[in-house]
Amino acid sequence: MSLALAQAVLTKFPQHVTGVEDRHGVGVAVVKRESIRTVCAALKDDPDFRFEMLMDLFAVDYLHWEERDVRFDVLYSLYSYSKKHRVFLRVHVPEREVVVDSVAPVWPGANWFERETWDMFGIRFEGHPDLKRILMYEGFEGHALRKDYRYNKRQPLIGPLN
Amino acid sequence: MGTIEAAAPDINKFGFMTTTLNDAIGWARKFSIFQYPFVTACCGMEYMSTACAHYDVDRFGAGFPRFSPRQSDVLFVVGTISHKMAPVLKRVYEQMCEPKWVVAFGVCTCTGGFYDNYATVMGIDTIIPVDVYIPGCPPRPENVLDGLIKLQAKIQSQKQEV
Repeated sequence: MSLALAQAVLTKFPQHVTGVEDRHGVGVAVVKRESIRTVCAALKDDPDFRFEMLMDLFAVDYLHWEERDVRFDVLYSLYSYSKKHRVFLRVHVPEREVVVDSVAPVWPGANWFERETWDMFGIRFEGHPDLKRILMYEGFEGHALRKDYRYNKRQPLIGPLN
Repeated sequence: MGTIEAAAPDINKFGFMTTTLNDAIGWARKFSIFQYPFVTACCGMEYMSTACAHYDVDRFGAGFPRFSPRQSDVLFVVGTISHKMAPVLKRVYEQMCEPKWVVAFGVCTCTGGFYDNYATVMGIDTIIPVDVYIPGCPPRPENVLDGLIKLQAKIQSQKQEV
C-alpha cells in the first residue's frame, strides 16, 4: 500500500519528514524544504525503497486558499522498478522564498521537469545545472500558470496584443 | 463546375473556344495548387484523411504537397499556432513566391478556437492574410474540400498577376 510506504518514509527520516497524507489512495510524505535532496538521494539508494525513477515533478499554486498559509507545493512522484511501488513527496514552498534544492543531481531526468516548473510557476531550483525556460520564449515575463497571472494576458512575439 | 464544356459550351460543335488570358491563367492556376501543409496539431489527421486516397484531394489538382515554401503557392495552416510558433509561420509565408494564398484550416487557426490563454495566437489573420477559413474542430474532409473549391473559385475570379 502506498500510504504504508509514506509511513515508512516518515519512520525512516523522522527528522526530515513532517507528516503523511492519503490522497485518493496514494501516500504522500510531506518533506521539509531544506531536506528534499537528502531524502531523495537516500530513497534512491536505500534497499527498502529503491526509487530509481522520478516519474514526475510539478508544482501547485494554492493562492486564495484560505486554509493554507504556504502558497506553493512542489510534488515528486517516485517509482521503484525493482520493488514495484510508488510514493509522492510534497514540499511546501513559501511565497517569500520561492526556492527548492534541485534533485537533478539525484535523477538526471529531473532537469527538464524543474525547468518546466521554473517556467510555469517561477520556482527556482538551487543547484540545477541550467535553469532556464523550457516552453516559453526568451523575453516572456512572469510565469504563466501562477494563479495571479491573468489568464488572457498576451505577450506575443509578433502580431497584436489580442 | 470546372469542366471545359461549362466554360465553353460550343467547344464540341466548333472544336475551339475563346476566352480571356485572365480566365485561362486562372483556370490553370486553380487546378495546379501546390500546397505547403503547415501542420502543428490534431487537425493534421483530418488533413491527411483529406489528402489520401479516400477523399483524394488530387481530384482538385491539389494533390502534391511541397515541403518547401519556395515551391508552393497555397499555405495550409493546419492546427493551433502558438505565440512561439508565430514568427516561424510568418517567415514561411514570406518565403513563398507570388501568387500565393493562405487557407486557415480548423477553428484554432481561424480564431484561436477554445484556447484563450497565454500561449495561443487568436487567429492567424492577426499575423498573415487569409483567403479561406475552414472552421471545425477538426473540419470534416468534405468541409475541407468545400473550402478548397471556394479557394479555386477565388483564384479563378481574381485578377491574374503574371
